[in-house]
Amino acid sequence: MRRGAATPYLLIAPATALLGVLFVVPLVQTVGLAFRVGGVFSLGNFASMAGDINFDAALVDTGAVIVVAVPLQLALALGMAMMLRHLRRGRGLVMWVWSIPLGISDLAAGLVWLAILTDRGYLNTMLFRLGLIDGPRAWLTYETPATLFIAIVAEEVWRATAIVLVILAAGVQLVPKEYDEAAAVFGASSWQRFARVMLPLLRPSIQTALILRTVLAFEMFATVLALGGQNFPVLMSQTFDAQYFQQDYGVAAAYAVLVMVASLGSTLVYLRVLRTPKEQLG
Amino acid sequence: VTWRRGMFLAGVATLCAWVLVPIYLIALGAVGGEATVNAWPKPLWPMRFSLAPLRQFMDIAGVWASVLNSVEAASLCMVVSIALGAPAGYALARYRFVGATGFRLFVLLTRAFPVAILALPLAVSFIRLGLYDSPIGVGLMHSVLAMPFAVLITASLFQAIPRELEEAAWIFGCSGPKAFLRVVLPLAMPGITATAIFAFVISWNEVFAASILTVRHKTLTAYLLTVLSESPLHTQFAGGFILIVPSVLFILLVRKQLFSMWGLASR
Repeated sequence: MRRGAATPYLLIAPATALLGVLFVVPLVQTVGLAFRVGGVFSLGNFASMAGDINFDAALVDTGAVIVVAVPLQLALALGMAMMLRHLRRGRGLVMWVWSIPLGISDLAAGLVWLAILTDRGYLNTMLFRLGLIDGPRAWLTYETPATLFIAIVAEEVWRATAIVLVILAAGVQLVPKEYDEAAAVFGASSWQRFARVMLPLLRPSIQTALILRTVLAFEMFATVLALGGQNFPVLMSQTFDAQYFQQDYGVAAAYAVLVMVASLGSTLVYLRVLRTPKEQLG
Repeated sequence: VTWRRGMFLAGVATLCAWVLVPIYLIALGAVGGEATVNAWPKPLWPMRFSLAPLRQFMDIAGVWASVLNSVEAASLCMVVSIALGAPAGYALARYRFVGATGFRLFVLLTRAFPVAILALPLAVSFIRLGLYDSPIGVGLMHSVLAMPFAVLITASLFQAIPRELEEAAWIFGCSGPKAFLRVVLPLAMPGITATAIFAFVISWNEVFAASILTVRHKTLTAYLLTVLSESPLHTQFAGGFILIVPSVLFILLVRKQLFSMWGLASR
């Protein structure tokens, strides 16, 4: 290289400065805010958080949606990525359609599913036409927690499978066709070729997709408010409530720290469980 | 074999419908207005097609202003994240320097942190700086969310452009910056445009930080969130539909790059 040694540092300086001011500083401030009451170190904010009437429900609801929705998204996205591979014509068009939800916000997606699932919505219209119900019926209220949960999982699967798909499909492209052909020559069935050849080679992509998806799922917020209002508390709606309505910034910060710890914790678990074996690093 | 092929294609078609039908249904709700929303049982085609309900929605006090605020914040997010992220991406792609791995990790790491952790204290800092309740503050905050994508995607774009092209330009007497502008930038432009659009959509779609950081000058998402519990359904559907339209166009525009963007960015 003939350019000066300072050049790369000058190039990364603006981005580093922005992230320093708007990422590192707020991060430190939030942690400070969460662990302090009246200027001294205290776990009081966490105690108030855990004592909140909705706290247990928020924790369970957030966890339940993640545990149910993320595996569904992974399975569906894997299936879709394999389908794309076997599609002879129109692959670009199908890929476009399947990735549309990638650009749709959680708020808009919540409203989409509200249009389907509201009392006089399209689901009830269909059930009515099939003779399964007599008239408008509510699915998203306090009295119907099971269907409200299913609705939120359905919305999550509808909206956020696309991000998993795009990451996996990109990974599939990197797998040499010869591997698959070799396995076929040795008589492997199509299921064996998927489970024994494709899946292990996709491991890094699966890891990336799961990390990103789980971290984002911990932040689910607007969807839940659009579909369930206050009927389905999650960690981020509790954070918003503490910050915006109660103006209890310490408790809001405690929630934010909890979400952060959960996100980082799940990231570490994925990094460990799905690490690429050494012999596979090329 | 043909039967299996038929099942396969039916599966593909079903999954396309799974994505598209819900969008069609909210579009019906958005253009149908109050009459459609209250109809029972509902027809599956427009009762009447008119843009009047959408226009009515835009005429609600505060909606048009919130759309403009969203556009302003998203444009700022786009400009800042590309202007600051692309040089960093270029540095990662073209130079070996002490701290490169650390910097890459640091940028990646920002993705693993929830937006709340940044937005909460920024509400306080922005009050002091006069950026609270303004689309400028929201756009700056969103540029942090878009930055990792901007840096890592542009890094992979620049990496894909052969270094030899640039070196040839130097030999023919171009200075470093000139070679970049005349040779590298034109080749990277489609990818950079896609990344910029992506940054725009990240901001356009973001709800939590936008709601925390604004009071009277709300973005469209923040506005819709506040009126969720108090506005009639047809207003909500119109709002949801207007949020979706740019997103669908965005995916259409960047569909060629989407794949390579993610393929490279996720490595």
